[in-house]
Amino acid sequence: MNNELSDSIKDKLTRKLISSHNMGDFIFEKLTLLFTVSVFLLVILMGYEMYQGSRLSIAKFGWGFLSSSTWDPVQEIYGALPIIYGTVVSSALALIIALPLSIGIAIFLAEIAPDWLEKPVSFLVELLAGIPSVIYGLWGIFVLVPWLRQSVEPYLSEKFGYLPIFTGAPYGFGMLAAVLILAIMTLPIISSISRDVLKSIPYSQREAALALGATRWQSTLIVLKDAKSGILGATMLGLGRAIGETMAVTMVIGNRALISPSLFDPSYTMASVIANEFTEATSQLYLSALTELALVLFVITIVINALARLLVWSMSRKWKTS
Amino acid sequence: MDIKLSIKNLDAYYGKTKVLHNISLDIPKNKAVAIIGPSGCGKSTFIRCLNRMHEVVGGSITGSIMMDNEELSKKDPVLLRKRVGMVFQKPNPFPTMSIFNNVAAGLRLNGIRNKKIIAPIVEKCLKQAALWDEVKDNLDDSGANLSGGQQQRLCIARTLAVDPEVILMDEPASALDPISTTKIEDLIFELKKDYTIVIVTHNMQQAARVSDYTAFFYIGELVEFDVTSKIFMSPAKKQTEDYVRGRFG
Repeated sequence: MNNELSDSIKDKLTRKLISSHNMGDFIFEKLTLLFTVSVFLLVILMGYEMYQGSRLSIAKFGWGFLSSSTWDPVQEIYGALPIIYGTVVSSALALIIALPLSIGIAIFLAEIAPDWLEKPVSFLVELLAGIPSVIYGLWGIFVLVPWLRQSVEPYLSEKFGYLPIFTGAPYGFGMLAAVLILAIMTLPIISSISRDVLKSIPYSQREAALALGATRWQSTLIVLKDAKSGILGATMLGLGRAIGETMAVTMVIGNRALISPSLFDPSYTMASVIANEFTEATSQLYLSALTELALVLFVITIVINALARLLVWSMSRKWKTS
Repeated sequence: MDIKLSIKNLDAYYGKTKVLHNISLDIPKNKAVAIIGPSGCGKSTFIRCLNRMHEVVGGSITGSIMMDNEELSKKDPVLLRKRVGMVFQKPNPFPTMSIFNNVAAGLRLNGIRNKKIIAPIVEKCLKQAALWDEVKDNLDDSGANLSGGQQQRLCIARTLAVDPEVILMDEPASALDPISTTKIEDLIFELKKDYTIVIVTHNMQQAARVSDYTAFFYIGELVEFDVTSKIFMSPAKKQTEDYVRGRFG
């Protein structure tokens, strides 16, 4: 054992010696380092560019840009609050719908499904994540929106019309449609990552619980507790997708900068504002306001993704050390 | 001599593969029985049959296993596993739980939530597992921060907390250093006063030290089962003798 160990150390040392004297390895090492650094630079550069582009708007509106609720290109008044509201609310509601479903799917795939079923279903779930968002959008326009307009929204307003969230005219296009589309789009991300997280938890944990006399459900609960931070990370990645989603949302959300409690009313998100209005942005200030919107979106997504990665990473590290 | 577990004509399968052939043996109450044999001879499968953990990984059996004259296959596996505890080869404490909660886990699974009931049981079990003095001041620390040997004793304490009648141990010391191994062996020696213990081991000295009876398995068959001293001093079969003398395996 001891001999083996010292052998492997010697082996490593010799390899290190060789590599430091090898020109090809040296170039290869530095080149890959350069590629990696360039990714960082790119992100910083993008942030800087957006900051530069939005200086006009920042100077004019200051923090008021985030708290004022008038978005009026004609008057040249830009307040992003309804747009930020639309982004946050549509993503948050989408997650509230998608999360329990995704965890259910993940538990089924990781804990319950037999092998022959798990493989194809997991593949299908991951395939769902790869569908271009414009296709979701089209499906939204031709299937989801008419269905909401003709069946779901009239029903909801008849039965639950006393709730402020179900008031107003049932257009079909609006917050509800966007929430449902986003829920469907985040579902595969959250469920496939959660499934991987559950699978990364050693089988011995389940055995430990079962051998203590746990039922299958109780042992799954213990595993879920272990997987908590990883699933949270998966959720954040889903949130990142929902917040940044542009095409499908633009096609169904109704595109009006409006803060309304009703899910039937149209709304707007940061990504869809940028996509819709960039071509029409004729004045410098308009362009600058849109760029500032992009900057806000950029910062939010970076923070969310960083947090998500951190959580997933801390999770996998824990299992490696224990 | 009271018989705790009586195994008759046991065949065990994983899918279509037959891994145990016609095993018959009686495990006496409050004794330690060692199962020895080369890798892949079905030792682990055998003890997993005794708390029906083999079913979890898709195994099945034919034949009969009786505990206190009741057929195991007719019992609810969840209730059975509370009476037949298991300690695994690799220590597997619950990493998100504190030391205290690890030991209390089995009680909580049984619906016991009252801390006044749980706390004394946790203390008693940690003492029984010879871990109390090392952890009594940091019961709220994560179980994953203990050393491997401590983790294994924690797992033993966790098993004891549900008050089983039989404890199955699947190579409980094979992942541990010699000092931890000695501690676990001393512990088994103590535990067999109150519990029936079945221990799978690769280590023949360990089998000789801790067990009263030894079963020698070879390629899914029970070659010989007898008092430990007899197996090691004057085995009846040539195969057993070759194995305990270290000539193969």
